Amino acid sequence: MLLIPCPWCGPRNEIEFHYGGQAEVSYPADPPEVSDVDWAHFLFYRANPRGVFAERWSHQAGCRRWFTVRRNTVTNEIQAEDGASEAGVVPR
Amino acid sequence: MAPRTPGADLPEHPDWLWRSPDPKSSYDVVIVGGGGHGLATAYYLAVNHGITNIAVLEGGWLAGGNMARNTTIIRSNYLWDESAGLYEHSLKLWEGLEEALDYPLLFSQRGVLNLAHSLQEVRDSVRRVEANKLNGVDAEWLDPAQVAEICPILNTSEDLRYPVLGATWQPRAGIAKHDHVAWGFARALDRMGVDLVQNCQVTGFERVGDRIVGVETTRGPIRAGKVALAAAGQTSVLADELGLRLPIQSHPLQALVSELLEPVHPTVVMSNSVHVYVSQAHKGELVLGAGIDSYNSYGQRGAFHTIEREMTAAVELFPMFARAHVLRTWAGVVDVTPDASAIMGRTPFDGLYVNCGWGTGGFKATPGVGWCYAHTIAHDEPHPLNAPFNLERFTTGALVDEHGAAGVAH
Repeated sequence: MLLIPCPWCGPRNEIEFHYGGQAEVSYPADPPEVSDVDWAHFLFYRANPRGVFAERWSHQAGCRRWFTVRRNTVTNEIQAEDGASEAGVVPR
Repeated sequence: MAPRTPGADLPEHPDWLWRSPDPKSSYDVVIVGGGGHGLATAYYLAVNHGITNIAVLEGGWLAGGNMARNTTIIRSNYLWDESAGLYEHSLKLWEGLEEALDYPLLFSQRGVLNLAHSLQEVRDSVRRVEANKLNGVDAEWLDPAQVAEICPILNTSEDLRYPVLGATWQPRAGIAKHDHVAWGFARALDRMGVDLVQNCQVTGFERVGDRIVGVETTRGPIRAGKVALAAAGQTSVLADELGLRLPIQSHPLQALVSELLEPVHPTVVMSNSVHVYVSQAHKGELVLGAGIDSYNSYGQRGAFHTIEREMTAAVELFPMFARAHVLRTWAGVVDVTPDASAIMGRTPFDGLYVNCGWGTGGFKATPGVGWCYAHTIAHDEPHPLNAPFNLERFTTGALVDEHGAAGVAH
């Protein structure tokens, strides 16, 4: 069971959250110019590290906001997020 | 029609079944991963293609990864033609595997019920039954009374929150004793001169241009004509060494067993909606599983709430389970693809082959994987049965989207 630090509500039990996969995946800047290979990578390919992973969580049973967490995929340790406690600013 | 009650006809514990050799400096084929898939692949390379100068490298102990952590269910009732072809080929191999390996696998064709709990699920299930029949897979649609006849301990009353509206039934499905499957393959391989090397972790690859010519391991470098990955949840970590990206995410998949009970549960029951699957092992444990934990993990453990939901579903469907004690819970690390189908085939590197992305369903495919992957490695091109499961499909869009038929949440 993870204790996930919601930047707005504080640490809460994992069951209150929805997982959103890898964070910091940006939409292609110029979609018509993107090749099939690059589209495939945008749609289907994500990092899968054994170690620290930046990932999105939504506090579904609380404030319902999305935020980014850096979690170690082996130990489940969650690193403090810089600036994430700035309420009102939704980190993208 | 009623399936046989599981017996307690366990064979004697095996004696020493294989050598534990030091790795040689080179092999024709090096297989990375000594689980069911790696062992089966080596077996069919030897039997079907006459290649025996093989090493199977295992980072831990033989078949100690997901092979030791799965719920041992075998079936082939998948929706799409590509999947039905591969899993049905595998089921046919299972049906002759005890004789082929000359080793008891406790393969028990006690059938599988896939329950439907909503009108939409009824329609989807009936569709899948018809698709199965067209592909030569045994399948029937059963109403609740017929379901109760096959599995009397299942609660088929209308009082449930999600009552059982019927089920698909594959009589040839069943379970096998996972350890014995690994041991049977290992014994056969050892007798054919294949080296099963344990405690030998692959840490990198040797390459000449875009050709892979060997692996670096914790027991020194090993040269190889061909290198075949069969490392399940750890595949991304290995591929990263080459800068090879794969569309897989590693998740924990939990399972649990009860204490030993009298034979009470005659078949395999799976439910997609309330999400639990249950069978009774030969010794008497109830073996339960459900979906993956949502987040990426290599930790081989998951969260308790996943087990709690699974138990809630199990107790509602099987009220008598309420008094059973949980003996043990654990998790494997499974590699999940975006279309819930496996990836098997060549890679952009010559001499490197990949078999991964089996998600929650790799055990049932074990002999079929071995057969097709061995063909791919021996001929440097896929067998027709695994050709659709190539890596290119994520670019071409020819996905094999099996989320529904897999019967579990990916």
